[in-house]
Amino acid sequence: MTTRNIDVVIIGGGPAGLAAACTAKQHGAKDVVIFDRNDWMGGILNQCIHDGFGVEETGLSMTGTEYAEMYMQQARDHGVELLKGAMVLSLSNDRELVVVHKKGVQQIKAKAVVLAMGCRERTRWNILIPGTRPSGVYTAGVAQSLINLYNIMPGKNVVILGSGDVGLIMARRLKFEGANIHGVVEILPYASGLPRNVVQCLDDYDIPLYLNHTVTCIEGKEQLEQVTISQVDEQWNIIKGTERTIPCDTLLLSLGLIPENELSKQAGVALDPVTGGPVVSEKLETSVPGIFACGNCLQVYDTVDMLAIDAKHAGEQAALFSQSIKKQKKTTEIMLQAGEGIRYVIPQKIMQTGTIRCTLRVKKPQKNVTIQANSDNKILVKKKQRFVNPANMVSFSLRVTQEILDGKQSVEVYIV
Amino acid sequence: MSEKTHEITCIVCPLGCRISVTTSGKTVKCVEGHTCKQGLMYARSEALNPCRMLTTSIFVDNGEWPLVSIKTTKTVPKKQVFSVLEQIKETRVKAPVTCGQILLKNVCNTGIDVVATKTVKKKP
Repeated sequence: MTTRNIDVVIIGGGPAGLAAACTAKQHGAKDVVIFDRNDWMGGILNQCIHDGFGVEETGLSMTGTEYAEMYMQQARDHGVELLKGAMVLSLSNDRELVVVHKKGVQQIKAKAVVLAMGCRERTRWNILIPGTRPSGVYTAGVAQSLINLYNIMPGKNVVILGSGDVGLIMARRLKFEGANIHGVVEILPYASGLPRNVVQCLDDYDIPLYLNHTVTCIEGKEQLEQVTISQVDEQWNIIKGTERTIPCDTLLLSLGLIPENELSKQAGVALDPVTGGPVVSEKLETSVPGIFACGNCLQVYDTVDMLAIDAKHAGEQAALFSQSIKKQKKTTEIMLQAGEGIRYVIPQKIMQTGTIRCTLRVKKPQKNVTIQANSDNKILVKKKQRFVNPANMVSFSLRVTQEILDGKQSVEVYIV
Repeated sequence: MSEKTHEITCIVCPLGCRISVTTSGKTVKCVEGHTCKQGLMYARSEALNPCRMLTTSIFVDNGEWPLVSIKTTKTVPKKQVFSVLEQIKETRVKAPVTCGQILLKNVCNTGIDVVATKTVKKKP
């Protein structure tokens, strides 16, 4: 096994990995290498042929594929080494990796590591839908890759469970390819995807959206034959007598995403049970020094633009770390905590003074609210929002002073 | 000319206001329910001439992928979406295809072109 020393290793060549690699190079890291286990770079962007990418970042609405091409070109221009078909088998807490690729197995010693492994889709088994196990049950992202990359149609008569953006976009995509979409079923009283997608993917094609409903049975011997949908009450209990069957050959599941952190766990990185991603400081550094996290393995983002902002920050910090391995002096560490009405806030830890970027998600939709951050009974931030929604991440800046750090009190973020 | 009322969900921001627009032929008579200027503009154009950006894919012969993703260079009037899709479906192109390359000109006489949004190399 050969050994190689690298300044900044990036695990995953999706949008987060590419953005982090570019800034790592810009901030003086000599060699920056991205490992991706696919035979292509760009990750999930390659199957996202719809537009709406890069609007906040560039002012242009690009397709996912165009956005990927733009970043791959930037990465090449910056001299980032892109290694496709390269799978990271292990990661240790002193930043040693074992990677297998076409030329064999290699041991890597990295000065800094950026985790950018992305996420996985929730499946039927995560929510335990009863019934038989026929073919024809797909996660929305898998169906998207079959259609957009491999030219394979999953079926003709489709029901979609979950109204997240991927599910909505797949409804339109299947419609364009001649399938009948019998409905999108959502357990919540509101659509979880963007209003834009509800309008342009469902309303435009008269596809029904069943709110407060869920799939309660999957039936079929070889191929899926029908699903049962039922109405639920506020506690998500099935309301008896509301069951109805829909004949179909395909069920797409758009149930949300789970950050992928198998390697992070190996390295001993502490994970946040709410986000499913690593606990990070304002530098996006995990609990293991020199290991940084960004992209959907840190938290599931709703737009690539927001994701890229944070990923660039992680890349920059990894580059700075790789150049000054000298021991960081032990600093005070205070927590940033999610209070009333807030599901989570990132970063979870604050270790330095300065203006830091925070992102959060609220628990439920609400109109005319203020998001506040408090420390020691002092209000640090007040951000008015006309409308908040769990599907839309909120970002704000927090100025951390020496006084706040010295107070050793955690900062709490909440809704008023 | 008879009046027609369009019920529109605004897509300008996540608020998703319900706006109702009354039109008579090609003129807007009344807009209700919007809460900002952009919403008003969106609702007017959506009532008079709704248009959509179209993204789909085209067959590629001899490419590293069987398909190349495409988009229309301008938004397509909603009424013509399926006829444009029809013509796109009948099209085949040969690899290599470069991102940004025009693959179809003046699709369905709309004056709109179809361009590749991805680079597909020849099969190795």
